[in-house]
Amino acid sequence: MELTQMESRQPPPVRRLTPGTTLKSWPSARQPASVPAPELGQTPAQQNGTPLVTTKRTEREIVPTIDRMHVDEVSIAYGQKLAVRSVSLPIRQGEVLALIGPSGCGKTTLLRSLNRLTELTRTASLSGRITLDGTDIATLEPTTLRRRVTMVFQQPNPFPMSIFDNIAYVLREQARRRPRKGALRPAVEDALARAGLLEEVKDNLDHPALRLSGGQQQRLCIARALAARPEVLLLDEPCSALDPQSTKVIEDLVVKLREEVAVVIVTHNLQQAFRIADHTAFMYLGELVEYGSANALFGNPRQQRTRDYISGAFG
Amino acid sequence: MDDEFLEYEEPAANQDKRAELGLGALVCLVVFVLLAMLAFVLKEAWPAFAHNGLSMFFGSGGNADQQLQTIFTAGSENHASNLFLRAWPIVWSTMLTTGGSVVFSFVCSLFVAVFMVEFAPGWLQRVLEPVIRLLASVPSVIYGLVGVLVVVPFIGNHLITQSEKASVTPVISLSGYSLLAGVVILTVMISPIMIAIFAEGLRSVPRGWLEGSLALGVNRWRTFWKIAVMSARPALVAGTVLATARALGEAVMLSMVAGTTAYAPNPFDGLIFFFEPSRGIAATILQYRDDITSPPFERTLFAFAAVLLISAVSLSLLGWAAKQPQKRHFNVGGIV
Amino acid sequence: MTSSTTPELPKPSPAPRNAGERRGPRESSSSWRLTDRLGLALAWVLGVLFCVIAVAIVVFLAVQGLRYLHPSLLWTNPKVSNTQRGSGGFLDPLLGTLIVGVISLSLAGPIGVGIAVWLVEYGRPKLLARLVESTVEMLAGTPSIVLALFGLLIFETKVTGFLSAINGGIVFGKSCFIAGIMLLFVALPYVVATVREGLQAIPNHVREASYALGKSKIATIRRVLLPSVRPSVITGSMLGFGHTIGDTTIILLLMGDTQVLQGVGHVPLLGILRGTGSTMTSYIFDNAPTGDLNHPQLAYAAAFVLLLIVLALNLIVDIFARRSRELRWS
Repeated sequence: MELTQMESRQPPPVRRLTPGTTLKSWPSARQPASVPAPELGQTPAQQNGTPLVTTKRTEREIVPTIDRMHVDEVSIAYGQKLAVRSVSLPIRQGEVLALIGPSGCGKTTLLRSLNRLTELTRTASLSGRITLDGTDIATLEPTTLRRRVTMVFQQPNPFPMSIFDNIAYVLREQARRRPRKGALRPAVEDALARAGLLEEVKDNLDHPALRLSGGQQQRLCIARALAARPEVLLLDEPCSALDPQSTKVIEDLVVKLREEVAVVIVTHNLQQAFRIADHTAFMYLGELVEYGSANALFGNPRQQRTRDYISGAFG
Repeated sequence: MDDEFLEYEEPAANQDKRAELGLGALVCLVVFVLLAMLAFVLKEAWPAFAHNGLSMFFGSGGNADQQLQTIFTAGSENHASNLFLRAWPIVWSTMLTTGGSVVFSFVCSLFVAVFMVEFAPGWLQRVLEPVIRLLASVPSVIYGLVGVLVVVPFIGNHLITQSEKASVTPVISLSGYSLLAGVVILTVMISPIMIAIFAEGLRSVPRGWLEGSLALGVNRWRTFWKIAVMSARPALVAGTVLATARALGEAVMLSMVAGTTAYAPNPFDGLIFFFEPSRGIAATILQYRDDITSPPFERTLFAFAAVLLISAVSLSLLGWAAKQPQKRHFNVGGIV
Repeated sequence: MTSSTTPELPKPSPAPRNAGERRGPRESSSSWRLTDRLGLALAWVLGVLFCVIAVAIVVFLAVQGLRYLHPSLLWTNPKVSNTQRGSGGFLDPLLGTLIVGVISLSLAGPIGVGIAVWLVEYGRPKLLARLVESTVEMLAGTPSIVLALFGLLIFETKVTGFLSAINGGIVFGKSCFIAGIMLLFVALPYVVATVREGLQAIPNHVREASYALGKSKIATIRRVLLPSVRPSVITGSMLGFGHTIGDTTIILLLMGDTQVLQGVGHVPLLGILRGTGSTMTSYIFDNAPTGDLNHPQLAYAAAFVLLLIVLALNLIVDIFARRSRELRWS
């Protein structure tokens, strides 16, 4: 496999509650609304003012926002096929931006273009402009960019090393001279603390990372991404491979992290998006259909398509 | 009437049972033959071992070639002294040639495999694969021929100075048939084996790790080197071990380019060390192949063969065992 | 943020890019550290070096070979002579190569397929399967000189005397037959490995479909699996064949090393097979400066022909491998 020939990943299909899952494992506040399945094109219970999602938003403080990245009229094509059409979005530190939409709508492609991972696919081409703190990211070295904009993937992928080495990996590669282990320890522990994992692994830093549970591995990946001290953190459906307990932990973590980094999260789980997002962008077939604050978009979407998607009419 | 047209098919169970027994018997036969080979070679070699002990290989004293001559002319093994042999020069030559070529080949093969899998432009990648396959399939006698007609004269005429030749004339003659020629050509011969196995291992690294490393801002070279090479370690071990087994058994090429005297190259001779002749175990057996009619000589040659067989077998088994964990290693914790 | 605020979409920046396709600068090695760049340079150098070596060998042999290769060499028998011109050609060695190749292949083919089938389709008891696997691996790593010595051991007995000449009660122990039989062990691991891979690539539902029709296992194997694994059999056989004709030590020790194929007895074909001879590889070995005859020109010519044969075999294997890759089991 060559890195330069990796095809774009197809986003996984939307997950439904499988028959075997017991609702007992879901805290009651998170049960999806029992709205009768609407026919396509019809407005559902919405008309009498009931909100479309009934889960509660995670508690949070209001923090000042700082503009970090700007996406300007960006279109991305793989060969002849347009995956993203002319999307413009702001990305700010202090808030969580959720990208939602059905499979194949281009949200993952857009996310990957933010740290230029789309370039790994030879047939990919991009028009438009993405800026980071005012600089066009196309003019930056990819390695520099990817340290300032780090990414956490859907499948936890800790390296086959110890926990310590996983976090220290980035620090060792960034440094001019190979730092001693003792010098790295504070930074490693700080990253683990910011990811909420330190307490659980404090005494076992030299154990292999692959022995952790799925949720712990994903938090390790988040810690690893944070160790690079990025300005923007990209999360590509980070909880889709995890159990609900781990999901909750990571969601709380993401809300807390938004104070230090700008967070962009792609998710197909609408309840999750509502819980954690400050702003939400709904994409469909590559277009940005609607963008707004989470309350506005979920409570009172202005576009019919958004309404249909959120009420479960398609996707 | 219809019965004539119906094919009588034996009940499936009977067919299968016979087939399984038949194939099983075949398989057992082959295993038996090969284990018998091991046993027979060791049995034939035993008298020589018994007489000389380990110092047959690791002790030195006297000229090994002369000792071999004595063994040959002795004609019978009634006298224990007929089997006397101190073959350290031969063993040392084998160790040098094998060790040297494996070390050089490992480095070259690793870089070429990394290059081939990841960093070569497409057209070069498509060229390299058949090239490596070609190098792997050239018969060793052709390597030997090219070696003796090109490499040996080059070394003899251009690399060794006259004064160097003069300085060793009483003992040996430096004519280009040398350790250097043997190691260089052997490196080229065993590299394709390593490259093929390394490349296979490198290609099967889970892409999640490579993508994850790139997404942290580590550049392609370091990503590939640190992550891919590290996780392809089983393949590295397997390739090295199998190439070593191949290098150990090489007789034809080495007998054509590395000289025909049993001499232990001396590292303390400085540069001359590389130009000294070195005839290894396999080449020795080949050289004396016609003298096998004399029983004590036969025992001695089989002793050499036993050494080769045991080393090669152990290495092959090691290589096979090293290839096994590759699948297990990656299916932990939900990766891939 | 309440629902009454209008969503804030950013205005397009004042200097929009043109709408054409544009790629950003790819990651170039100029941003890397010096050691990284040196490493990449070394990788380039070595990669190109191997290509150069391969080309050099082929070109060198082609040049020298064509210089000394007269077509008559291909169909003249070798003669004993002091001069190179008078030494005749290498018809007998060519025939010898063909003979031992065919003998070893006709044995290694069926045996190899049988072992591969047993390993993949049966493989019980587990211990025996592991033993077989490791034995075949062991065989792959055994130096051919050890195989040759073993051949000397077992074929000099009276029991196997029919395979070679018997002079006054003493079994000679060296013949085309014997060389071919020992060469079977050289080819066997390649056949087993390739056919095994081919069989393992066939998905289970194919087998299940056949069983569901009431076919026995062996009938399934014979009628369904083996035909579809034919490319692998051919590839493996060609690989094994290639290594067989490239082997020298077994030939030198077990084929009697006579330049001309000398038959034994009066039966026409069997006589030759029981007799001694040589192959291209031993011919090259003997004619090289280090060999007994020291006729380098003939060695060049023979080496060129042998290389062509090997290259042709490689090409055939390539084509078949590519074809079997195109056969996808969906």
